[in-house]
Amino acid sequence: MTTLNELRAAVPAQGWLGEALERVAGDPGAIGRLFPAAGRRVGRDALADVPGWSADEAARVQLLAALPADRVAAEAEGLYRYGDAAEKRAVLKALPLLPIADEGVPLLQDAIRTNDTRLVAAALGPYARHLDDAAWRQAVLKCVFMGLPLSSVDSLDERADAELATMLRGLVEERQAAGRDMAPDALALLDRLKGL
Amino acid sequence: MRIFDPHIHMTSRTTDDYERMAAAGITAIVEPAFWLGQPRTSVGSFTDYFDSLVGWEPFRASQFGVRHHATIALNPKEANDPRCREVLDLLPRYLEKDGVVAVGEVGYDSMTPEEDEVFAAQLALAVEHELPALVHTPHRDKARGTERTLAVVAESGIEPGHVVVDHLNEVTVGLVRDSGCWLAFSIYPDTKMSPPRMVNILREYGLERMLVNSAADWGRSDPLLTRTTADAMLAAGFSEDDVDRVLWRNPVDFYGQSGRLDLSDVEKEATFAGNSILRGGS
Repeated sequence: MTTLNELRAAVPAQGWLGEALERVAGDPGAIGRLFPAAGRRVGRDALADVPGWSADEAARVQLLAALPADRVAAEAEGLYRYGDAAEKRAVLKALPLLPIADEGVPLLQDAIRTNDTRLVAAALGPYARHLDDAAWRQAVLKCVFMGLPLSSVDSLDERADAELATMLRGLVEERQAAGRDMAPDALALLDRLKGL
Repeated sequence: MRIFDPHIHMTSRTTDDYERMAAAGITAIVEPAFWLGQPRTSVGSFTDYFDSLVGWEPFRASQFGVRHHATIALNPKEANDPRCREVLDLLPRYLEKDGVVAVGEVGYDSMTPEEDEVFAAQLALAVEHELPALVHTPHRDKARGTERTLAVVAESGIEPGHVVVDHLNEVTVGLVRDSGCWLAFSIYPDTKMSPPRMVNILREYGLERMLVNSAADWGRSDPLLTRTTADAMLAAGFSEDDVDRVLWRNPVDFYGQSGRLDLSDVEKEATFAGNSILRGGS
């Protein structure tokens, strides 16, 4: 799992970000205006050293992590609620790196209800361990249905079970009946689940 | 041909429209927040709508190779409903979003005291958030409404070059031109403005600060009328560079003043004469 320190190394707390982190630590409410500006301030390039992450996401995670611990869950909820798609994605990706328990689960559930592939994928990172099995299986099936690569699902093989295999087989049957293809990564997963 | 529609309400349009727009060269759009036909009665339905303008709709557009930005405001019609006024308190959150390139649509519908107040408050927000403003002019009592609009703009202290005054016609074009504001025209199937009339206005008033949009929404309207107007310009003897200026470079210049316009995806595809005009964002 990507760590906060890797993100800090990739996007150091200098200049705008350094000042923003100090402000947020002293005045948590200031994050409301700083969080949306992160992409304009630090850029949005993919980070070479942290695969799957961009500069704005790394900055946004650091802003959340700079909050006093007792404010993290409430601010994350508000930033997600009023966030654009990139902000929502950053909050979702930040959840496993923040000092919270399962308070972020409603955000995952919201993201999984959307039809935005970027949000669904971001909801299935390491924090998805807090999702109950039924919700997690539905989300994985939704990934396959939407054409998302299963590589975006954290701990896929550890958690995939016989019930998920049954659901995937049902989708394969429907696709076959319609003369449509099934994604190779989903077929490969089914193959790995054969013994269950 | 590349076309930027600076005013279109895609929330009300189908994916067929996106496909036809992309095929016609319309690869960049701005969707202003406006009313939805059915009046809203609570703040929550506005925030869901704004969320869609900075979330779902840009995602939907991207599936068809169309770059979507938005403008955010409490529209003049609903400014008259006290149940919607609290929306003003939520606007600062949305005016900080990357995809928001102006405050709008603001302006007048029936020219009530409530509209006066909300219009002035939102022009002040535009100044505070360093954003341009998109100003709607009323469909009834338009000439006097436009005069009053320009007076409020002048009084607000916002730079005229940061303001576009929309839905103009032969009667109102001169007033706005003299004010230093940008001028926008909504090409409709048979009401606000037509492609042949637009061509005549461009002949008479020139291309500077001129924007052409479809303002297509849930009413009888056509998202391809920007392209039809471009074709009418060519047929009337305007050059390809003239068309590119009115239908691409002008809206890029106007909304580029926000510093947030990001056309890097679509400009890779559509460069004009080998030149790319990147403004704002990264």
